[in-house]
Amino acid sequence: MIQYVWLVPVFPLIGFLINGLLGKKISKNTVSLVGPGSVGLSFAWVLGCFWEYLHLPAKAKPVEVFVFNWITSGTFNAQAAFLVDPLSLVMLLVVSGVGFLIHIYSVGYMHDDPGYARYFSYLNLFVVNMLILVMANNFLLMFVGWEGVGLCSYLLIGYWYEKQSASDAGKKAFVVNRIGDFGFLLGIFLIFYTFGTVNFREVFAQAHNFPVGSAILTIITLCLFVGATGKSAQIPLYTWLPDAMEGPTPVSALIHAATMVTAGVYMVARCSALYVMAPISMTVVAVIGLATAFMAASIGLAQNDIKRVLAYSTVSQLGYMFLACGVGAFVAAIFHLMTHAFFKALLFLGSGSVIHGMHGEQDMRKMGALKNKMPITYAVMLVGTLAIAGIFPFAGFFSKDEILFKALTDGHVGYWAIASLGAMMTAFYMFRLIFMTFYGEKRWDHHVHPHESPPVMTIPLIILAILSTVGGFVGIPLIQGWNVFHEFLAPSIAHVAAGHEVHHSMTFEVMMMLVSMGVAGIGIFIAYKMYIKQPELPAQVTAKVPGLYDLIYNKYYVDEIYDATVVEPIKNGSVFLWQEADSKVIDGAVNGTASVVDRLSLVIRKLETGYVQNYALGILIGVAVITGYYLGR
Amino acid sequence: MEIPISYYLILSSALFAIGTVGVLIRRNAIIIFMSIEMMLNAVNLSLVAFSDLHRSIDGQMLVFFVMVVAAAEVAVGLALIYVIFRNKGNVYVDELNIMKW
Amino acid sequence: MSIDIPTICLTNIGPLITLSVAGLLLLLFDAFSGKAMKKAHFHQFSLVAVVIALLQTVWLWNRQTTDFSRMIYVDNFSFFFNVIFLLGTGISIILSVHYLENYRKNYGEYYALMLFAAVGMILMAAGGNLVIIFLGVEILSIPIYILSGLFREDLKSNEAALKYLLLGAFSSAFLLFGIAMLYGGTGTFYLADLAAFIKKSGMNGFTYVGMGLLIVGFGFKVSMAPFHMWTPDVYEGAPTSITAFMSVGTKAAAFAAFLRVFLEVFPTVRMEWDLLLWVAAVATMTVGNVTALAQTNIKRMLAYSSIAHAGYILVGLIAGNQLGATGILYYLLAYTIMNLGAFGVVIAVARKKDNYLNIYDYAGLGFQYPGLAAVMSVFLFSLVGMPPTAGFLGKFYLFSAAVEAGYIWLVIIAVINSLISVYYYLRITVIMYMQPAEADLGPVAMTPVVNATLIISALAVLLIGIFPGSIFQLAMNSVKIFGS
Repeated sequence: MIQYVWLVPVFPLIGFLINGLLGKKISKNTVSLVGPGSVGLSFAWVLGCFWEYLHLPAKAKPVEVFVFNWITSGTFNAQAAFLVDPLSLVMLLVVSGVGFLIHIYSVGYMHDDPGYARYFSYLNLFVVNMLILVMANNFLLMFVGWEGVGLCSYLLIGYWYEKQSASDAGKKAFVVNRIGDFGFLLGIFLIFYTFGTVNFREVFAQAHNFPVGSAILTIITLCLFVGATGKSAQIPLYTWLPDAMEGPTPVSALIHAATMVTAGVYMVARCSALYVMAPISMTVVAVIGLATAFMAASIGLAQNDIKRVLAYSTVSQLGYMFLACGVGAFVAAIFHLMTHAFFKALLFLGSGSVIHGMHGEQDMRKMGALKNKMPITYAVMLVGTLAIAGIFPFAGFFSKDEILFKALTDGHVGYWAIASLGAMMTAFYMFRLIFMTFYGEKRWDHHVHPHESPPVMTIPLIILAILSTVGGFVGIPLIQGWNVFHEFLAPSIAHVAAGHEVHHSMTFEVMMMLVSMGVAGIGIFIAYKMYIKQPELPAQVTAKVPGLYDLIYNKYYVDEIYDATVVEPIKNGSVFLWQEADSKVIDGAVNGTASVVDRLSLVIRKLETGYVQNYALGILIGVAVITGYYLGR
Repeated sequence: MEIPISYYLILSSALFAIGTVGVLIRRNAIIIFMSIEMMLNAVNLSLVAFSDLHRSIDGQMLVFFVMVVAAAEVAVGLALIYVIFRNKGNVYVDELNIMKW
Repeated sequence: MSIDIPTICLTNIGPLITLSVAGLLLLLFDAFSGKAMKKAHFHQFSLVAVVIALLQTVWLWNRQTTDFSRMIYVDNFSFFFNVIFLLGTGISIILSVHYLENYRKNYGEYYALMLFAAVGMILMAAGGNLVIIFLGVEILSIPIYILSGLFREDLKSNEAALKYLLLGAFSSAFLLFGIAMLYGGTGTFYLADLAAFIKKSGMNGFTYVGMGLLIVGFGFKVSMAPFHMWTPDVYEGAPTSITAFMSVGTKAAAFAAFLRVFLEVFPTVRMEWDLLLWVAAVATMTVGNVTALAQTNIKRMLAYSSIAHAGYILVGLIAGNQLGATGILYYLLAYTIMNLGAFGVVIAVARKKDNYLNIYDYAGLGFQYPGLAAVMSVFLFSLVGMPPTAGFLGKFYLFSAAVEAGYIWLVIIAVINSLISVYYYLRITVIMYMQPAEADLGPVAMTPVVNATLIISALAVLLIGIFPGSIFQLAMNSVKIFGS
C-alpha cells in the first residue's frame, strides 16, 4: 500500500472536486457522504500504510514514493514525491484520523448552513493540502501544502463572510501568515543556495558536514522558524489565531487546534537535523516557545468567550511544543502535538456542542449549570480538560510532563519554572471554563433551551475522549522499552550532539511527575475555590471590593491573599497583556506597517501627475543617471 | 583639411539636447513632435559621421530606416493630434491629464 | 563578373510573411468588402493567420542558424518567443471580438494592426542586428499607438495614445542614440560582432553610453522604473483588449530583445550593468507594488502590477545565468497566460462599454458567476505567486537563479514585494467572495469561445504550475545559446 501512498491526498481531492463543482446539483446527503467519506478512505489507507510500514525490514525504511518530476533543471531538482517515515506517518494518522472525526462532526454541526457543500469542499481541500504538507519529501513541495493550508484556513475563517469580523479575521490570518511564509520561502532559497538541493534527506545528510553553530545554518533555521511562528501562532505573529475563531467551530478544531497550526512544530521537528547544528536557533526557539506559552496562558485567564479561552490555550500549548523543540526534545514535541490534537480537538468540538446547544451563545458568563442538560458533552469536556491540565493518566499528562522534564534536564531550571507556572495557569483557566460552563447557577436567557447534540456530533466526541484518555500510553516514560512512541519516532529525529547523556534516576522522574501534577492541582484548586465554592468571588475581585475582612472570622482570608497577591495581579496583567500588548503593540505593528505602506502608496502615486512632460522628465532623469554613472567612472 | 569626427558628434549632441529640451518645455503637441524629429535627425547626423569614420555603409543604411520610421510616427502622431483637436479644441499637452495617480 | 545572390530560406521567416500578408489582406478586405461580411470574418481570418504562423513556427524548431546575412536568428530562443507572441496575439484576438462589437469598432484594421504588431515582436526576438531590433521596436509600437487611440471619440483613449506616442518616440530616440553610439564605438550593428569586439577590446566611452541608452530604450518598453510612468495612464485609457495585448506582448518582446542583447553582447562586462539594473529592479518592483495598493480602477491596478512583474523578471536578467534566462522565458509564458486571462475576466465583468471597471464592481461575483470568479481567482493567485500555479514556479525560478548568482538581498526585497502584492490581488478575491453584490449590474456577456479560452487558460496556469517539466526543458533548450 505504501507504494500507492499518493492516493491518500487524492481521495479528498476527489471529494473537493465533487463537492466544489457539483455541490449545488447533488443532494445534501451525497455531500455528507462524499466529504467525510473521502477523508475516511484516506484514513483507512494511512492505517494500511502504517501497518505495512511496521512490518517492513529496517533496510527498506524510510520509503520515498516518487510520483512525478515536478521541477527539474540542471542544478535544481524538486520532485513530487512523498516521504513515508515515522514522523510523517504519525502526522498522517493524526491529520487523517482527527480530520475524519471532525468531518463527521461537521455533518451535524453545519447541517442547517446554506453553504453546506462549499463548506465541505473547503474542508476537503484543506485536508489535501495538509496531507501534502506532511508527506512532502522536499521543502518546495512542503511549501505548496503550506501555502495551500493557509489559503484554506483563510477561506474557512471567512466562511461566514456576511459577518464583517469574520472576513476581517480571514484577511488578517492570511496577511500575517504571509509574513511567516516570507521567512519560510527565504529559508528555502538559502537552503538551495547552501546545499544545492531542497530534498529533505539530501539536505540533512549534508548538514552534518557543517560545523556546529555555523552562521549559514543559524540563518536558515531562523528563517524557517519565522515561517513556523506565522503558521503556529507564536510571538510575535500569534494574534491571528484568536481572531480566527470567527470561523465555524469544527474548523477551529481541525485547522486552528489539531492540524494546521501544528505544521510549524512539524516543520521544526522535520528539520531537527538542521536545528541541532544551530544552538543559537535552538535557544531562540525555546525562548519564543516559552514566552508564548506563558503569555498566552496568562491571557487565557481573563477571557469570557469559550472559544477564545481555547484559542489562547492552543497558542500556549504550541508554545510548549516549541519549547520542547528548543531544548532538543523533538520527540516530546511531536508527542505533545499528537495528544494535543486529540484533546484540543475534543475541547473545541465540545465547545461547539455547547454553542450548538446554546443556539450560538459563546459567552461563558451566559452559561452555567449545563451539566445536566448536556451530560455527554460535559463528560467529554471534562476528559479533555483533565488531559490538557496534565492529570494522570490522561494523555496530556505524559506529553506535558515529558516536556517539563526535558526543559529541566536539557534546558534550564528557569525554563522549567516558567513552564510549570504556565501549566498551573492552564489548569486554572481550563477548569474555570468547565466550572463557568457546566456548574453554578444557570445564567442563560429564558428563551434559550439548551439541549444535547445529536449522535453524529457526540460519537466523534466520545471517540476523541477515549483517545485523550488512553492516547498517552504509547509514550510511557520511566520503564525501558515501554516508550513505544519514542522508539518508533527515533529514526526521523536528529539528536543534539550527546555531551551529557545523563541518566536520571527513576525517583527523580517520579518526583518531577508528582510536582507537575501538584502544580496542576493548585491551579484546579484555585479555580474550584473561585468558581464553585465562592461564585461571587470573581465578581468581587473584578469589582475590587475594598472590604476589610476579619482575620479570625473571615475564612476567605486565604482566598483574599490569593486574590491580592496572585490572582489579581495576574488578572490585571493578563488584561493588560491582552489589551495593551496584544491589541495595541502587535496589532499596531502589523497595522502600522500596513498603514506606512498605504501612505507611501499615496505619496508615490502623486508622482504620476498625468502630465506627459513630467513623465518625459522622469525618463530624462533616468538617462542622466545612467549616462552619468557610465561617464563618471 | 578633414573635419574631425568630434565636430560632428558635438553638433549632433547639441541638436539632440535641443530636441530633448523642446520635448520637455513646449506645450504644443506639434512642437513636441518637431522636437522629437530633431532628436532623431541628430542621431542620423552622428550615424552618417560614424559611417564615414568606420568606412562602412551600415550606418547610412540605418539612417534611411530612421527616416521611414520617423515619417510613420509623424503620420500617426498628426492623425492623433488632429483627433484630439477635434475633441478638445486645442493640443496643449498640459491639458491632457484626465488620467493620473 | 558574377553577382552573388545570397541564399535565403524563406521558411525561416515564414511566420513573419504569413502575418504581414494576412494583415495586408485584411486591410484590403476591409476597404473593398461589403458590410455584412466585415463583422463576421475579420477575427476568424486573423485567427487563422495566427494559427498558420504558429504551425510555421513549430516547423522552425531546433534550426539554430541565422539567415538574411545574419540579420535574423533562427534559433530556439526566437522559437520560444514566437510561441509566446502568437499565443498572446491569438488570445487577445479572441477576447477582442465581443468587446469591439459593443463599441461598434469591429474594424478590419484593428486585427491587421494587431498582426503587424506581432510581426514587430517576432523581429525583436529574432533580430541579430541592432537595426532589426530597432525596426522591430517601431513595427511593434506604431500599431499599438494607433490601437490605443482606437476610440477616437473617447478623450481617455486619445490621451493614452498621445502620451504613449510622445513618450515612445522620445524613448526610441534614446534607443537610437544608443545604437548609434555602439556603432560609433565598434563599427558594427551585428550582435555577434559587437560581442566579439567587446570581448576582445573591452568597453570604451561610446559603448558605455550606448549600453546605458539601450537600457533606457528597453527599460521604457518593459516599463522599468524610472521609465515606467506612461504605463498606468496608457493601460487605463487604451481599449481593454489592447491593454491586455500590450501588457503581455510588448513586455515579452522587449524582454526578448533585452535578454538577447545583454546576455549575448554584454555578458563579459556584467559587473558594469548589474548594479544599475539591481537598483532599477528594486525601484520597479517597489513602485509598482506600493502604488498598486491605492488603486481602485482595476485596469490601473493591473498596470501597476505589470510594472511590478517587470521588476521580478529583471531579477532573472540580473542573475544573468542559465537558470535566470530560463526563468524569464518560463515566467513570460506564464505571465502571458495569466495576465491575458485576468484581462479577459475584466473585459467580461466591465460589461457593455467598460462601465464597471472599479474593483468594487466585483462584489458578489463569486455567487452570481462562480465560474468566472473561480478562473479569476486562479489568475490572481498565479499573479500573486501562490503554489501550485505557474506564477509561483516562475517566481521561484527567477529568484532561485538570483540566489544562485549570489544576489541574496535582491531576492529578499523581491520576496517582500510579492508579500505586498498579496494585498491588492487578494482584495479582488475578497471582494468577489466575501462581499455581497451592491446592486445587480446586469448580465455578464460571455460567448462560448471566450468561456473556453478563459477556462483553458486557467487550466494551463495550473497545469504548467504542477507539471512544468516540459515547458522548463523547452525554455532551457531555448537559452542554451547564451553560454553559461
